[in-house]
Amino acid sequence: MSTHASPTFIRPLREAGVTFVLALIVFGPISGLVLDGYSIEPHLGRPLLIASIVAAGRLLFGVLEQTPFGQKLLARNARKASGGVTVARGDEYKLLYFVVPLVIAIGVTLPFVANKYWLGNLILALIYVLLGLGLNIVVGLAGLLDLGFVAFYAVGAYFLALGAQYLDIGFWTALVCAPMLAACFGAVLGFPVLRMHGDYLAIVTLGFGEIIRLVLNNWLDFTGGPNGASVPAPTIFGLEFSRIAKQGGTPFHEFFGLEYSSDYKLMFTYLVLLVVVLLMVRFLTKLRQMPMGRAWEALREDEIACRSLGINHVIVKLSAFMMGAMTGGLAGVFFATYQGFVNPTSFNFFESALILAIVVLGGLGSTLGVIIAALVLTLLPEVLREFADYRVLAFGALMVLMMIWRPRGLIRPKRPHFAPEV
Amino acid sequence: MDPRNLLEVRNLTMRFGGIVANNDVSFDVAQGSITALIGPNGAGKTTVFNCLTGFYRASEGTIHLAGDQGCAPLEVGGLLSKPLIGGSYLVARAGIARTFQNIRLFREMSVVENLLVAQHNHLDRNLLSGALGLRRYRQAERDGIERAFHWLRVMDLEEDANRLAGELPYGRQRRLEIARAMCTGPRLVCLDEPAAGLNPREKADLAERIQHLRNEHRVTVLLIEHDMSLVMGISEHIVVLDHGEVIAAGDPQEVKNSPAVITAYLGADDDEEGAA
Repeated sequence: MSTHASPTFIRPLREAGVTFVLALIVFGPISGLVLDGYSIEPHLGRPLLIASIVAAGRLLFGVLEQTPFGQKLLARNARKASGGVTVARGDEYKLLYFVVPLVIAIGVTLPFVANKYWLGNLILALIYVLLGLGLNIVVGLAGLLDLGFVAFYAVGAYFLALGAQYLDIGFWTALVCAPMLAACFGAVLGFPVLRMHGDYLAIVTLGFGEIIRLVLNNWLDFTGGPNGASVPAPTIFGLEFSRIAKQGGTPFHEFFGLEYSSDYKLMFTYLVLLVVVLLMVRFLTKLRQMPMGRAWEALREDEIACRSLGINHVIVKLSAFMMGAMTGGLAGVFFATYQGFVNPTSFNFFESALILAIVVLGGLGSTLGVIIAALVLTLLPEVLREFADYRVLAFGALMVLMMIWRPRGLIRPKRPHFAPEV
Repeated sequence: MDPRNLLEVRNLTMRFGGIVANNDVSFDVAQGSITALIGPNGAGKTTVFNCLTGFYRASEGTIHLAGDQGCAPLEVGGLLSKPLIGGSYLVARAGIARTFQNIRLFREMSVVENLLVAQHNHLDRNLLSGALGLRRYRQAERDGIERAFHWLRVMDLEEDANRLAGELPYGRQRRLEIARAMCTGPRLVCLDEPAAGLNPREKADLAERIQHLRNEHRVTVLLIEHDMSLVMGISEHIVVLDHGEVIAAGDPQEVKNSPAVITAYLGADDDEEGAA
């Protein structure tokens, strides 16, 4: 590798040629043939244009790679990608004092500027953040591969829907009780299967996720089956968000003398959700430095060593499972409230896979990474609405690229810094 | 149980299917001693270790650990077969800590974190008090960190405190594993080939540290080791295993002169005679 020789163009040109052909094959059918009524219209210029842009990009990279600047960039990236985990120096928290309040301020003001459509998207994005954080405990911290995480999400959502129907509970009751119920489900599932490892655990949890969905789908008398169940709107101190309150109550907008708008309900859901997410993030960052969180990570690193140190691995695994399930249940309550209706199709395997993708993309174990990945993976498809048909394709491509450039995820966790007392 | 002994192994037999790894093994580990378990490769030393530390359930025989501060002795097998909550972690809590032949550190965690995990049972594990940062929790964490740094100083690892365990050099990883075992507050620490892969200077250093642990920190040491100069130098009692059976036991002089040991272990080579 000669650093200072002038860049050669032969190899990059050849590679660009190959890239051009490949791009033509990929984009040709997609953009070159447009279905118009009953006939197919050829637009051969478009794929050629796209392919030449791609090839030009490849050429640029090929040449840049040989310049000192490009090599410096590559070396830096390689170090970041392979180095993985680092220990904090103990003085990098100053930036956080500025960034965290800023993020919270933006989060709080967003519902007042966003329209209804984007508010809905933001709520969904935050729900996925919550789900990602929950699964991150199980997969990222404790290292237990759970492919049926959506089951706990369903438990939370259906608890609110069915609870309102049979027991007349409301949003706030569900917010407290659903996570507990989901945690119980986590324990019930966890206890018999936690003696299994890796792939076996994954299969059992996958089965559990499907069982919950099938039960919800087929137990017509109780859950409403595929027709689903409706969910009541949330209330705040007994004030309802409907235009006219039931049974002589006061609706929210009348109480405050505001014009009626259906946005209030969404805003309210968003704000409560934001508070829950922020509390959860705070809790999880603390948890990673608490004995429980450390034990989870130790268990991921080496189970036998954990046992030799007097840690009850079954209890530790179970606690990770329950905490994850609890967070999933919490997300379910918000999902049900946001939708106003639940049915089993919302809880299929694709959801589990999406949540797992969020955790893997974010960097197993990194809270910040999971948040970013959740926001990207839920908001990006909304921005690219026009390409909705290719969403899963783009999703796959993103995963492949990530595995090449950042095999350990977007953000690698930093270990906390410790100093003895003087 | 003899009050001078910390550990009494009686008629220990371990079978894996038809293979008898240990047959009728009996020996004692005296309080405050350094006892070595030696023998040729495949003699069943590590199997004995795994039985002592609760990773295997012995097929027959008993392993008694003296009770702490006048309590009744504990039987290791009984800890394992406790209904529902039984397991090897109870053995560690009873006061037996161990290291592993192939190092088992938490590689992607920092050195201090490795030591804090070892103190899991001494820290405040209440989620609520941790989340709210109560004083009791903060005090327990501070004590834990202090204890971790204490053992880092003892094992001369303080400068590596905030590095990842996996990126330490091999010799330091070995020392960190011993420090981690000591952080559990054990009465008996079992070292499985602690000198494997160390150079002569590191070996000499390790011998000194093991003696220091016993003399200053009042812990009983049981070690498996192949390096004869290390074993003969520091141990007061040596148990020799061959083909799963105890063929000799006694102080270094007795073991060196035992004909059974010489034929089974040292006798094959002329040079060994000179060394003995």
